Amino acid sequence: MVTTDLSTQPAPTQPPAPTSGKPRVVKDSRAYRSFRFVNAFVLIVVCGLVLYPFVNIVAQAFSSEGAINSGSVNLVPRGFNLTTFQVVLGDDMFWRNYRNTVVYTVVATAIAMALTTTYAYALSRRGLKGRKFFIGAAVATMFFNGGLIPNYVLISELGLRNTIWAIVLPNAISVFNLLVMKSFFENFPSELEEAAAIDGMTTYGVFFRVVLPLSKAVVATMLLFYAVSFWNAWFGAFLYMDDPRLYPVTMYLRNLLAGVTSGTSIQGGSTDNLTQIAANVQSVTMLLTVLPIICLYPFIQRYFVSGVMLGAVKQ
Amino acid sequence: MSSVQEPVVAGVAPPGAPPPVGVAENAPPPVGTKPPRQPRRRRNQEWTTPGGVVVRPPRTTWRQALKRDWRLYSFLVLPLLFLLVFRYLPILGNVVAFRRFRPGSSIFGDEWVGLYYVRMFINDQQFWHAFTNTVVLGLLTLVIVFPLPIILALMLNELRSRRFKRSVQTISYLPHFMSVVIVAGIVFQLTSVNGTINQIITSLGGDAVTFMQEPSWFRTIYLSSEVWQTVGWGTILYLAALTTIDDQLYEASRIDGANRWQQTWHITLPGIRPTMVVLLILNIGTFMAVGFEKILLLQNPLIYSTADVISTYLYRVGIVSNSVSYATAIGLFEALIGVTLVLSANAISRKTVGASLW
Repeated sequence: MVTTDLSTQPAPTQPPAPTSGKPRVVKDSRAYRSFRFVNAFVLIVVCGLVLYPFVNIVAQAFSSEGAINSGSVNLVPRGFNLTTFQVVLGDDMFWRNYRNTVVYTVVATAIAMALTTTYAYALSRRGLKGRKFFIGAAVATMFFNGGLIPNYVLISELGLRNTIWAIVLPNAISVFNLLVMKSFFENFPSELEEAAAIDGMTTYGVFFRVVLPLSKAVVATMLLFYAVSFWNAWFGAFLYMDDPRLYPVTMYLRNLLAGVTSGTSIQGGSTDNLTQIAANVQSVTMLLTVLPIICLYPFIQRYFVSGVMLGAVKQ
Repeated sequence: MSSVQEPVVAGVAPPGAPPPVGVAENAPPPVGTKPPRQPRRRRNQEWTTPGGVVVRPPRTTWRQALKRDWRLYSFLVLPLLFLLVFRYLPILGNVVAFRRFRPGSSIFGDEWVGLYYVRMFINDQQFWHAFTNTVVLGLLTLVIVFPLPIILALMLNELRSRRFKRSVQTISYLPHFMSVVIVAGIVFQLTSVNGTINQIITSLGGDAVTFMQEPSWFRTIYLSSEVWQTVGWGTILYLAALTTIDDQLYEASRIDGANRWQQTWHITLPGIRPTMVVLLILNIGTFMAVGFEKILLLQNPLIYSTADVISTYLYRVGIVSNSVSYATAIGLFEALIGVTLVLSANAISRKTVGASLW
């Protein structure tokens, strides 16, 4: 098992790694120099293509419907106005659904963290009898799962439809996150735990007062993994919720896209006039939905990357 | 806890003394009558050193383990209950593929009907249509979406400015964090009649295309959105693998006169091959489940001829039309293909390139 330093960036040093400043022994060939130029150019274009849709959303969100309908909105807002924001923010259902998203995310993340950390900690104890079996029980579900319909029937039979539990329970343990945490706990210095045990701490004390406080990095990473996935989720609500007042905001947006709320057919993109008018509302809703993630993104991105790396070490 | 890992020295056993607790059935015979010990002893079997010390290997009964580690086992209760209810019960629930299911009956259905539903989908034209679309989309994803992160990682690897490199990474990871609903919204927006793509087409003198109503465009649109969302994030593992390649290999190859392209081909690519293989196997495993949620959001009846895949078809059959057993049979078939694909991909790669998942 290799330990990775969480703080290191995935950015590797260059393979040839010429120390800057010193004269280089071998000069780059002309072909390679032109390649580097093209390479940098292509990467800039890639970044532009990745960012463009976001810029477009912002531009549409602040544009007038007339400008959108005439097809003149791309990079900057045309006919700047905030009326759509007022419409969306004035919609009680939007606020209700937004609040639902926050509640679902918080509750689901709390449950997921409780189950994942405890399970991962128990699995990381090499002396635990039956450890292999308990690991296998989790890993097997990565490759075999019940499938859509049996899950749907189960949730319905358990009477969880139209309750928060239908959303927060079924995805409480992500096996990937579990394995990441397990390998982290396995590399936890056992001297600390032994010292705490000698001082008379029970397993509970060791876990809650020694191990967890010293595992903030991996706990934060897992927290973010779960929180983002629950924030983005929509399908559980789509399947199990009949009452629009229980929807998360992603379902609010989905119904806008599908044209459900504007009374058109169930599918999006059919009558271009209505969807085009809706495009303005859609852009505003999309912007408000992704806003928390975009705002947090610069700070959380590093944690995600380190989490993926930690998981990769397992392989 | 850690004491379990090392063999426990149970102390000198005087002849005739009661054997240590928990190993009664394997109690050592009295010293005098001891037969010569075989050199190879099985794991987990207790043994006596020449000095007469009984060494108890780390084997404990469940009772002992529970008594000692009950707090640790208490950590397992809820997660195991979760796995049992929300993971293993649905797996068992697949028996309704072979049983009749009525609303209100138990999750395992009412009565056996054998292969009735299997025969039903084998004769279902629409199913085979969805099947073909799934295979086509899956193959296109493997051929087009899978290699792009490798190329992007190699391109990033050629950058010398770390700041530039980090900026490209930060930007290209961003779409990964977007909800699939947002991605669908972006697709609708860009492809709408007055959207950016049609703005470009009309400014070049073409006629606006109603992209989301043309079956011929769906695959292109789906794959583009897939590339947009996954290409950056997909580079992480490759970039990590690239850092592990030994610099000396590059130095040696330069001395031998290899140019950059030859270095990439003969050192870099073989260096990241294990990562490529593992990710390929994992991708093959999700081959049949191609982007279910995204396709469900993007499709509409006008483009079913290319956009309907097995998972969306069984969603309509099972949940919209309520044919639970029939949809389960289709789902089971899909899952079996998926498992078969993973296992065979894994076996093939183990034989040919020596890399495998397990």
